[in-house]
Parts: sequence; C-alpha cells; structure tokens
Amino acid sequence: MTEKTNTITLSDRVKDIAKDFGLPRLIITGFLVLLLVVSPFVGADLPTQISNIINRFSWNGILVLAMVPMVHSGCGLNFGLPLGIISGLLGATLSIELGFSGAFSFLMAILLATPFALVFGCIYGWLLNKIKGGEMMIATYVGFSSVSLMCMMWLLLPYHSPNMVWGMAGKGLRTTISLEGYYTQALAKILQINIGNLSIPTGSILFFALLAFGMWAFLHTKTGTAMTAVGSNPEFARSSGVNVDKIRLISVVMSTWLAAIGILVYEQGFGFIQLYMAPFYMALPAVSAILIGGASVNKASVMNVIIGTILFQGIVTMTPTVMNNMIHLDMSEVIRIIVSNGMILYALTRKTEETK
Amino acid sequence: MNKINYGDLLRRFSVPIMFVIICAVCAPISGLSPSYLCNEIVTRMGRNAFLILSLLIPIMAGMGLNFSMTLGAMAGEIGLILVSDWQIVGIPGMILAMIVSVPISALLGLFCGKVLNMAKGREMITSYIISFFINGIYQLIVLYLMGPVIPIKHSNIKLPRGYGIRNTVSLLSMRQKLDNLIPLNIGGVKIPVATFIIIFLLCLVIIWFRKTKLGQDMRAVGQDMGVARDSGIDVERTRIISMVLSTVFAGIGMIIYLQNMGNIATYSSHSQIGMFCIAALLVGGASVEKASIGNVFLGIILFHTMFIVAPKAGTVITGDSMIGEYFRVFVSYAVITVALIMYETNKRKNKSKAGEQLALAQEEANE
Repeated sequence: MTEKTNTITLSDRVKDIAKDFGLPRLIITGFLVLLLVVSPFVGADLPTQISNIINRFSWNGILVLAMVPMVHSGCGLNFGLPLGIISGLLGATLSIELGFSGAFSFLMAILLATPFALVFGCIYGWLLNKIKGGEMMIATYVGFSSVSLMCMMWLLLPYHSPNMVWGMAGKGLRTTISLEGYYTQALAKILQINIGNLSIPTGSILFFALLAFGMWAFLHTKTGTAMTAVGSNPEFARSSGVNVDKIRLISVVMSTWLAAIGILVYEQGFGFIQLYMAPFYMALPAVSAILIGGASVNKASVMNVIIGTILFQGIVTMTPTVMNNMIHLDMSEVIRIIVSNGMILYALTRKTEETK
Repeated sequence: MNKINYGDLLRRFSVPIMFVIICAVCAPISGLSPSYLCNEIVTRMGRNAFLILSLLIPIMAGMGLNFSMTLGAMAGEIGLILVSDWQIVGIPGMILAMIVSVPISALLGLFCGKVLNMAKGREMITSYIISFFINGIYQLIVLYLMGPVIPIKHSNIKLPRGYGIRNTVSLLSMRQKLDNLIPLNIGGVKIPVATFIIIFLLCLVIIWFRKTKLGQDMRAVGQDMGVARDSGIDVERTRIISMVLSTVFAGIGMIIYLQNMGNIATYSSHSQIGMFCIAALLVGGASVEKASIGNVFLGIILFHTMFIVAPKAGTVITGDSMIGEYFRVFVSYAVITVALIMYETNKRKNKSKAGEQLALAQEEANE
C-alpha cells in the first residue's frame, strides 16, 4: 500500500511524507537538521559526523528492517527481537568455536545462525498465533526470558576457544568478545570509500540494500501481498482463502532471521560480540527507529526503515558531540531515552484513536 | 465433575505449586539455616508488601499488571532525596517524604491514566513503555535540574561537578527507623511490627475500598467497559482514579522499601522494582485479571524464598555463583511470561466459549 508512493512523482511524495509524518516526527527531523546546521559552528567536524551517521546506519539498518514483516502481518512491533539476536549470537560464537577466521567466519556465522533462527522463530510464531491480540507484551517478555535463559547457557555451554572463554576458569564465555582476526569490518571493508574524514562502508550498505530490496520484492510476491492482507484485515484474508496462521508464522520466522543477520552485521561494524544482558534492551531502539521513520503499529515500509534509521542514529550520534561542544554537558543519553520511548508511546496511543 | 475441578485447580495454582517445589528442592541444597531464612523472609515481607499491594487496584479496574508502578517509585525517591537534603531525620523525615511524594505520584498517575485511556486494550505494553519514558524525565530532573533549578544544599548527595545527585544517597538517618519503632523479637526472628501495622492498614483500606461505590464501579469497568458505560459509570475517570491510587501507594511503598534498605541507588532502585513486584504477585497465584491480598503474601513468601535460596543452591550445584543469579532473573521473567500467555489464551477461550453459549441459547430459543 505504502509502496505505491514509489511510483508517484517526487513532489507528491514529499507532500505525502509530510502528511504521514505527524508532529513528533517533524520535531525530530527539525532537531536533527538543527544539529547538522549548528555542528560546524560549535567546532564539530561535519564529515566525521556524517560518516559516523552512515556507519551507524549500516550497523543498525537490518535490525530495524527485521520489524517490517511482523508489522505487515498484524503481529505488531516485534519487541521479541532479542530472540533473533540470540540466534545470531549463537551463530557468531559457534563460527569462532569451530575455528573459522577472517571474513569467511562471517559467512559461516550467518549459515550457523540460520537454523537457530528458523527453529526459535517457529516456536515463537506458534506461540504468537496462540495469543493473537496480546502479541507485543508477550513478545517483550519472550525476549527477556530468552535473554536471561541464555545468560545461564553462555556459562554452561561447552565452549573452549581461548579467544572467547574466561582466561582463568577456561570455561564460560566472556561478556565481550573481540572480533579482531575474525569478521570485524568484514562487510565494511568491501569497496570502502575514503575522502578525507569522510568514510563510507560501501559493503555494509550494499548488504543492507540487498536485504531491503529483497524485503521490498517479497512484499510484492503472492505471499507478501497475503501478509499485508492478513495484517490489515484478518477476517477478509481468511475468507479469501489465506491461511492466516501460516502467514503469521512466516512473518515471525522472517523477522527472527533478519534479527539474527542484523546482529551479525552490527557486530562486524562494532568489532565486538556482546553477550549476556547486552541484547536485553536492543529491541527498543529498533522499534523507535522504525516508528520515527513513519511506521505505525500496523503499517511499515522499507522506506520507513531507511528514514527512521538515519534519523534515529543521526540524533544518537550528533547530540553528544554538539551538546558537548556547545554547553559542555552531555545530556544525550537522557534525550535518547525520552525521544525513543516517547515515540513508541505516541505510536501505541495513536492507532486506537484511528480505530475509534 | 470433581475431577475436572481438580484439573482446573491444579492449572490455576500451577505457578505457586511449581515454586513450592523449586523452594523445597533448593532450600536444603543451599545449606541456609531455617532461622536465617525466616528472618530474611519477614524482613522482605515488610519491605515489599506495601509496594505489591499497590498493584491490586489497577487489576481490579481491568487494566492488567501495572508496569508503570515505577512512576510511583520514582516519586518516592524524589521525596526522599529532597528530605535527606533538608536533613529531616527519622520518622518525621519519612512522613515528610511521603507528603512530598504524594502530589508528584498523583500527577504522574494522572498522566499515566490519561495515556492508558488512549491505548485501551494494550494497557500493559503502554504502561511498560511509560515507565521507560518517565525514567528519562526522572533522569533529566535528578541528573541535571537538581542543583541549578531545584536547590540542593548539601554536597554529600551532590555529584562532584556541582549539580545532579550521586549514584547512591545514604539514608542512614532513616534506616529501619520504622521497622524498629516497635521492637519485637520472637525466637531470634526480628519482626518489624510498625511496618506490618501500616501494611495491615492498607489491606483494610483495600478491603473497604472494594465495597465503596467507587470500588464497585471499578470492578464493573474491569468486567466490561461497554456495560459499565451504559450503566452510567464514567469509565475514563474511574480508570484514571485507579492509576492515581496505585501510583500514590507505590510511592509510599517505595519509601518504606528504601527506609529498610538504608540507601537509594538513585538511578537503578526503581528500574527493577516493577518487574520483581509483579513477578512476586503472580507467583502468589494471581493472574492478570484477578488478584487478592492473599496472593500478595503467598507470593512474597514463595518468590523471596526462591530469591534467597537459588543463588546459594546454584553455587553448590555448579560451583559458579553467577548461575544462580541468572537463574533467579530468568525465573522472574519466565513467571511473568507464563502468566501473560495464560491470560491471553484464557481470554480467547472465554471469547469462543461465550460465542458457543450464545449459539446454544439461540438454538434453544428457536426450538
């Protein structure tokens, strides 16, 4: 539905976006533009800032993209993202444990993460089919439970690679594992462009573009259209012969798999694997990013993902530097909390007003 | 017929039974003495009961588990921070902190109720996000505004940079003043009589409140909003009142909690409190739509026994102290997850059952 805008002329689209944007998004966009304008005057280097934003976009884009299928099928925002992230972490640690190295370990991590993502996604999707209507709250707690269960598992699973386990005990994974020698910057280094202070991780962006295009194309296939139908009107979809439960299950599995890939891409950019409680709150930034991009609880497009990630990551990276340079006061953390959760609140309260 | 009832009963109390088993297995392994356990549980009962009781009213009004009770906790903390800066000590300090916290809690409860009225049908996830949102505002106030805007005189609670509050604020002058107001010691178990009296009073208030007009209205709203509105109840207002009451009680509860702990972890005391209170209530056999005072106390006993015993037992079994720590966090989350799943499946089952009954009734009418 929202994809239609792609074919209309630019000026129409700008109008459309402005209408869809709503006040909070306008404020956030204005804020980011203000930050970009102000930054050269307060002594922040603009090219560095921009390459920071592009970099962080390439880290987080796929995690945000993972929101799309579940929103389309009417499962709401995927607060259970940590479940997919855990599949990714299992893939990453197994790839290292099995002795793969260099960029090849990235490929292996993706391959090893996939079966976990599929299995976890199936169970999660089956569960969400049992509790239609209460998905978001239960998704949140499925995420939390799985993260805390894995906290025990990271200690108990028989990992032995000396690069990952605690040095003294010889067992139990460390909280952060360096990817030096493994797949740090594996994607980013491909065709990397460096102009002065500006550097663009072309490979990561191409990888994101590939998946985003795949998602866009999928939403136009028969299954993808059925998914949108299930999300916008399940009764209608059922009566026209769509297997609602199956479509929802597919969307959840896709979302979980994308989250697994997303965290691997995040790690290759960041350079570290973070275990234990790290995935705990990772769903919230992704959720608010897609909402900032113009999505709502039951409507999201690939465009929303791109705009949202740029805006969200822009604010996250720009505020600390600009604020620090301006008033020597780092309030970025507080601003991030208020903006991202305020955005989620706005989205949660808005839909009901429409349906009323 | 009887058999089905047993099955139902077993399902309803499956979580408490599971916890009895966990505690029964872990307690001997942990090697903690019974008197130590008793002491700990009595202390934790005094510490947590008031907070958990504050969850009952929104459940009554059909708004589910109030994840935004954290709002009240933050208001209580602000009260305590201000009072400790004014250097008012002991019981008067506590009472003043409560007086300061009540308007803040009421305001936050009002905000929360209004937002939840805009998000009917997904109150829990919304209240959960509200708690994060207000946590941002709380940090803004405590970390940046306390000092330049809200006067804080004493440097021992201020950060070295001159504004903002330190990570921990000591409440030494208030520590366990309420618990020790009426000292009582039975067989080596210290009993905080005064705290228990206050908790008992709140229980009475809740029982009384259920019988008032407002309490009845709340239950009607909880049963069915449409029917309640048709019978002339102002649904929105009733729901807001239930949130305000819950938040105010949570604020007072937090002050009682912190006077027992003896210090405030300014930026983290409140963040987990909602989760642990809700988990404890659910462990006591409550569900999302039904909770009683009995559930609160059973829940505290079972949940906190597990809480004390699990890390020790984990250490003994695996030789790693972290396993038990993670185990109890996992169990807390798992309990909430299971309770939420049971609530949603029951809701669907009841809906289809109601549909069947309607069809049956229509058939009978046709005959």
